[in-house]
Amino acid sequence: MTALRVVAPGFLTTVQDLGRPGHAAAGVSASGAADPLALRIGNRLVGNGENVAALEMTMVGGSFRFEADGVFALAGADTEARLRDRAVEPWRPCRARAGDTLVCGALRGGARAYLCVRGGIAVPLVFASASTHLLTGLGGLEGRALRAGDRLLLGAPGEDAPFDRVVDPSGLPGYRAGEPFRATDGPQSSWFAPEARAVFYDTPWRVTEACDRMGIRLSGPPIQLARPRELATEGVLSGAIQVPPGGLPIVLFVEHQTTGGYPKLANVIAGDLARLGMLRPRDTIRFEPISLAAARALLRAQEEALDALFS
Amino acid sequence: MARLVHASDRALLVVFDDAITAAAGNDVRVLYEWLSNDSPAAIVDLHPAYASLLVRYDPLRCDPDALARELERRLGSLPGRPLREGRLFEIPVRYGGSHGPDLAEVASATGLSESDVVTAHVGGVFDVRFVGFSPGFPYLAGLPERLHTPRREAPRTHVPAGSVAIAGAQAGIYPMRSPGGWNVIGRTDFVLFDSTRRNPATLAPGDRVRFLVAGSGS
Repeated sequence: MTALRVVAPGFLTTVQDLGRPGHAAAGVSASGAADPLALRIGNRLVGNGENVAALEMTMVGGSFRFEADGVFALAGADTEARLRDRAVEPWRPCRARAGDTLVCGALRGGARAYLCVRGGIAVPLVFASASTHLLTGLGGLEGRALRAGDRLLLGAPGEDAPFDRVVDPSGLPGYRAGEPFRATDGPQSSWFAPEARAVFYDTPWRVTEACDRMGIRLSGPPIQLARPRELATEGVLSGAIQVPPGGLPIVLFVEHQTTGGYPKLANVIAGDLARLGMLRPRDTIRFEPISLAAARALLRAQEEALDALFS
Repeated sequence: MARLVHASDRALLVVFDDAITAAAGNDVRVLYEWLSNDSPAAIVDLHPAYASLLVRYDPLRCDPDALARELERRLGSLPGRPLREGRLFEIPVRYGGSHGPDLAEVASATGLSESDVVTAHVGGVFDVRFVGFSPGFPYLAGLPERLHTPRREAPRTHVPAGSVAIAGAQAGIYPMRSPGGWNVIGRTDFVLFDSTRRNPATLAPGDRVRFLVAGSGS
């Protein structure tokens, strides 16, 4: 088996695929790529299945040496990557020769970038997924972030050929930078007074430094319940907007706990989840209420536009 | 009467009660076991909790209204459904000292001696209501009322694996090192989670737990 050597890991780089849903009853959240659209596109560019494992880089990219000739694609935020002293364009497949080192720099325009290699990163699967769950040490390479010197085995390439063109996903519905995050009502939306919900949807929220794969904490005007109420701990999902007693919302993310006891004001829609993975501390974001029917229509339009990129 | 709520654009929440009751816990268990054994194709995950079951579906491959009708149909015939037979687990605990740093605090908050707290804890039989929060963490009902104590004012950033803890009317065990705000009264080597097993969580809703003083020879 050929391999990729980690020369420098960057700020926080993990092995991710599309996650392991199906084990919430054992307390295991799905994990998976923070920006699954970028991962899926990167994989399709190199001829992989969409769920094949790749490297998720955070804020600062790493450097990786190819032990054999290979095909790779960078997706997500721009990493200012270089290979043999030449700039590497994201969102298109590139060829590396044995001994080449791909050097990625600081990420621009988003928090995460994906290095998808043809054949994928081969690590032992945990519940049929390669995804790293950092908090619990499950999956990925020994359940942890990559370190310099790690050697990542590559899988066998599939039958599909790489897609030898650049794609531009910036216009995909739900993936356009700067748009509000659309949200639907949740089970406790009515626990908040109309005025409190209006403040939530009118406020430009600031992403705090506490922004990781578990959750994204926001700062702005505190949102209060209409009256104090206790919630019996219930199941929660990525994208749920929890409001703890202090009033500052937390958007649960891919490594969220499977159950939670804070009331949820709203939920980011499925079609806007990938963009949560691009958020960086100090970004400003807004939310916009949307109906369930409109949320579903947007997700379908996103899938169609994604397929159209490769037609 | 159970109600169905759209929890998001990819999940339905079945709420059996707004309060934590044994009856609601039983209904959660019945529906959860039924859906795990005979799952409509569009369901991708199930999150049982105290009085509700979150049903996550694939929004691209599921008509939520059809799934809601299917859930309503099953809710109508929950009574009398067969249940998996619950097991009884005996879990040895080293109480107090460095294993249970909050035992003294619990004693002082409840007006009991430390050994009275231990006696009350080992005297209870706990029901596993659900596993949540982190992999393998059991939420246990049945904490004797005289041990009900508020959670710690400042949560710990790291609670060691195996920590046996209580908070309010709840009891639980931290399977792995994690943050936590519950009062830690002891520690166990009992394995609650093993990712190499097909059913990775040792405990499941419907099981019962009794704690023992480690090394007491029972």
